[in-house]
Amino acid sequence: MISLTAPFTEDKIRALKVGDEVAITGVLFTGRDAVHKYLHEGGALPPGVDLRNGILYHCGPVVIKDEQGQWKCVAAGPTTSAREEPYQGQIIRQFGLRGVIGKGGMGERTLAACQEAGCVYLHAVGGAAQVLGECITKVRNVYLMDQFGAPEAIWEFEVKAFPAVVTMDSHGKSLHQEVLAASQAELAKLV
Amino acid sequence: MKQLHDSLVELIRRASAEIPDDVQAALLRSLEEEKKGTIAESALQIVQRNIELAKQKSQPICQDTGSILFYVDCPVGFDEISFADTAREAVKLATKKGYLRQNSVDSITGKNDGTNVGPGAPTLHFHQHRSPEVAVRLMLKGGGCENVGAQYSLPIERLKADRDLPGCRKVILDAVLQAQGKGCGPGVLGVCVGGDRATSYEFSKQQLLRKLDDRNPVPELDALEQDIVNTANKLGIGPMGFGGKTTLLGVKIGAANRVPASYFVSVSYMCWAFRRQGVTLGADGQIEKWLY
Repeated sequence: MISLTAPFTEDKIRALKVGDEVAITGVLFTGRDAVHKYLHEGGALPPGVDLRNGILYHCGPVVIKDEQGQWKCVAAGPTTSAREEPYQGQIIRQFGLRGVIGKGGMGERTLAACQEAGCVYLHAVGGAAQVLGECITKVRNVYLMDQFGAPEAIWEFEVKAFPAVVTMDSHGKSLHQEVLAASQAELAKLV
Repeated sequence: MKQLHDSLVELIRRASAEIPDDVQAALLRSLEEEKKGTIAESALQIVQRNIELAKQKSQPICQDTGSILFYVDCPVGFDEISFADTAREAVKLATKKGYLRQNSVDSITGKNDGTNVGPGAPTLHFHQHRSPEVAVRLMLKGGGCENVGAQYSLPIERLKADRDLPGCRKVILDAVLQAQGKGCGPGVLGVCVGGDRATSYEFSKQQLLRKLDDRNPVPELDALEQDIVNTANKLGIGPMGFGGKTTLLGVKIGAANRVPASYFVSVSYMCWAFRRQGVTLGADGQIEKWLY
């Protein structure tokens, strides 16, 4: 397990390779379907959201307000990343992202942007909303809540030792491409 | 209605926070079989920790608490309208309590009013039977796995799939290949051969109400179920698509009659976070028995 701690510098990110298991400590911003489309169409980041050298988490958490009116994250696993493929490459380049956390992997355009800009795709275990939610030590803020609703808003989380696997690195390698090719070849033998 | 309301909130809580025993048993087997020290094993360990934590904290196993699907078996004369009203209220309260995510979006305006209640949400299927028993089954089906479901209209030349069981096998395995890790595997397939486009998908989902360790009473379908599981687990897709031994935990196949012109095979993919629970209810709506 490699400890990946903020600040997320290009050197730290370039040192990561496909198959590395990492534990992330620092700040994450969530963003999923509505946020990607909004940014792609030229929407401005709300004041307070800084993605430069940051990590974007494809996640729509369950968050409720406790008796004191504080946000409490009840469940927060990753959502399927493939839906953001039309937008992700541009967003990595434009906003200077160093990492994208999600599940299921992404395509060639994102892989190319990772290589070019020094970014990695970090695969969290899909469905593991409690294990991952426990790593969120603080809900700092929420943005675009009225516009997009709770699951689609931008949440700002502090995380500690958040577990993920590097499945697309900044050297052009993708575990998803490899597994797809191997399973395709295997299936061809079995049907 | 108060008792029924409370029973349905409890059904939702338990469906969201606790994995059924048959699924847990299959997941534990897959963890044992996975190669030690791999990222696939590590993923399945996280899955196990997650199942324990969710149960202990009474919180959602997965943050995508999914489409809310009720299947109600009820006697003749049962008041479906009142039941549906109570179920909607139970969903609202379960959402406030955080058992369900605010998960229902107006498809035209994009607005999410935070209640999980709206046109088509939750979905209720009623089935009348000649027994006094009321049985309520609930499935929470997340969007990630729903999105990798597929419907094939046979024949399909590209896959050399004709209108026969070998053709069905080819398209079902194609669905597994296309899904890779995107449906949060190791998963379970519910499949329907036949029907029209709508009933075929609907029957495929209903197959997921069967327990994983049951056997299909139709010999041809039973053989196909076993074959698909064995073959899929040779593909090396593995948990989360990380590569590994277990790609599927099970396959359940049903058949519905078709018209001569159509031959649909519909595949519903269920993620490892297989949230289904069920209860039988007493006369006042109290829970009498858990079904899974």
